[in-house]
Amino acid sequence: MSTHTMERREAVSPERPGVRPGLSGPIRRRLPGTGQLTAWAFLTPVVVYLAVFYVWPLVRNVDLSTHGYTVRSFIEGNAPFIGLENFSAVFASPTFGPALINTLLFTGISIAFQFSIGMALAVFFFQKFPLSSTLRALFLVPWLLPLIVSASTWSWMLNSDSGVVNSVIRTLGGDQVNWLTSPQWALASVIIANIWIGIPFNLVILYSGLQNVSGDIYEAAALDGANSWQVFWRITFPLLRPVSAITILLGLVYTLKVFDIIWIMTRGGPGDASTTFAIWSYQLGFGSTLPSFGPAAAVGNLLIIMALVCGFIYLRVQRKQDQS
Amino acid sequence: MSTAIQPAAGPRPVSGRTTSGRAGRRNLGTTVIGVVLTAIMLFPIYWMINVSLTPTAQMRQSPPSWFPAAPTLDGYRAVIAEQLPFLGTSLLVGLGTVLVTIALSAPAAYSLAKLRPKGGGALSFVLLVAQMIPQVIMAMGFYAIYLNLGILNEWWGLVIADSTLAVPFGVLIFTAFMSGIPDELMSAAKLDGASSWRTFVSVVLPISRNSAVTVGLFAFLWAWSDFVFSSTLNSGGDAQTITLGIYRYIGNNNQEWNSIMATAVVASIPATVLLVVAQRYVAAGVTAGAVKD
Repeated sequence: MSTHTMERREAVSPERPGVRPGLSGPIRRRLPGTGQLTAWAFLTPVVVYLAVFYVWPLVRNVDLSTHGYTVRSFIEGNAPFIGLENFSAVFASPTFGPALINTLLFTGISIAFQFSIGMALAVFFFQKFPLSSTLRALFLVPWLLPLIVSASTWSWMLNSDSGVVNSVIRTLGGDQVNWLTSPQWALASVIIANIWIGIPFNLVILYSGLQNVSGDIYEAAALDGANSWQVFWRITFPLLRPVSAITILLGLVYTLKVFDIIWIMTRGGPGDASTTFAIWSYQLGFGSTLPSFGPAAAVGNLLIIMALVCGFIYLRVQRKQDQS
Repeated sequence: MSTAIQPAAGPRPVSGRTTSGRAGRRNLGTTVIGVVLTAIMLFPIYWMINVSLTPTAQMRQSPPSWFPAAPTLDGYRAVIAEQLPFLGTSLLVGLGTVLVTIALSAPAAYSLAKLRPKGGGALSFVLLVAQMIPQVIMAMGFYAIYLNLGILNEWWGLVIADSTLAVPFGVLIFTAFMSGIPDELMSAAKLDGASSWRTFVSVVLPISRNSAVTVGLFAFLWAWSDFVFSSTLNSGGDAQTITLGIYRYIGNNNQEWNSIMATAVVASIPATVLLVVAQRYVAAGVTAGAVKD
């Protein structure tokens, strides 16, 4: 396939949503003769599905967090209601502070780097040089790999004694860094791996944002003698602001959820040096032979609240953009 | 523009025919930078392949060898000997997830896009919110339910759990596409006496083929890559997934990194094949739902 056809097909992709489902799409004429009954008949499977496989697990989760479950009552289902005790236990836990800080650092730093590197690459690839679309496609690979593949590869690369990263550092005359096993570096290590995984997503979305910016503006700027640095900060960046907002907010929702990478690379350790809320919740629920489902569900519910706050801001911003 | 059309056969025709010599050299320079950046980005993948071919004896030598000078296929032999059942389970779960996802999301999207159900907006909203729920929390709820129902460690239980990753996305993609199908097409089917179901099956679905590919692709990839649900809902049964296979490997024999990396390479094959075969669908799937036109 020539580079040109790939370019084209993507630019006029039929999958690009023209109308947002339901939320803000224009109200269209209903097809004549099809009633509400038919409409809901088509929706019934998904509604039942949502109720059984989303609502039920979530309700079960709230139920877990407000009852004093033990392993035994977990199976028998007769745990006493203890209100918010699990939550206060979670707040009082010595892990709470570090987990909160780690979650904020992990999310904030990951997004800052993913976004700026993704933006730089999007602008770079937008120059349309020979091979550009092929190389851009290759950039997608890290995002498509199973997370366990990426995480275990990074684990081995960052291995203290035999890892390639430390080998390079030693060659350059530096001291060996215990990436995954020292409290100072564990969080940095999982952040590095997560940035690597997130760059393609940012690149693709920002690139498609660039495609929607009119070329005339750049021509005018070039005629006025603007250099590329000025063009980026005065034209590209302001015009990309809506897409950037969406990219960052979606990034927030996704990054808060990250579990696999951290669990496989460090298991949240050493100690709780790289424990985020997602990790903490899993540790409590599944990490030991003596699970404490109540606190695990309580941490999980805190995480849902954080994700939903970001999610609602995202939906608000998107709605505003749709209206303007 | 002119340079983009070049099939990138090499620097020669670019500088010779379509642009001036200086611009051509600049283009060539940019391509070189692009190749270097891509090489840096893909280095971990190269390293995974390199380690997968490294003999166990050389695994811990310092400095590590940058090329598989004496490549061994021991790692891949181990994959074939030990991991085939895991790969089979993942394939089964992946395909099952694709079926469940498309069967649920395509009809719902048809209704949302064309039949204007009352409360459809609210349902779309719920689907958008559903995508934001962290998987770890879903896993906890599923675990509690599956335990009580006694369906832990069933492969189809995993199919159901995995499909929660893809169904909201599927509805979104299908709805976006089906909204663009002209109403006249459906009216015509109606005039010919077709029922709504018939119209959906023989008119709407065939046109929506591309969206189905996009949805199916991502559903498969997410199910294939899933670790959270596998490790919580399916860690004790006979049929375990490849992600769990790798995870066990890391835990059990952490000296044999060539076997671990060989498994990782094999587990990456579907992603690579999908990217090569269906690149435009992948890009479409990433952007859909995030960017408006």
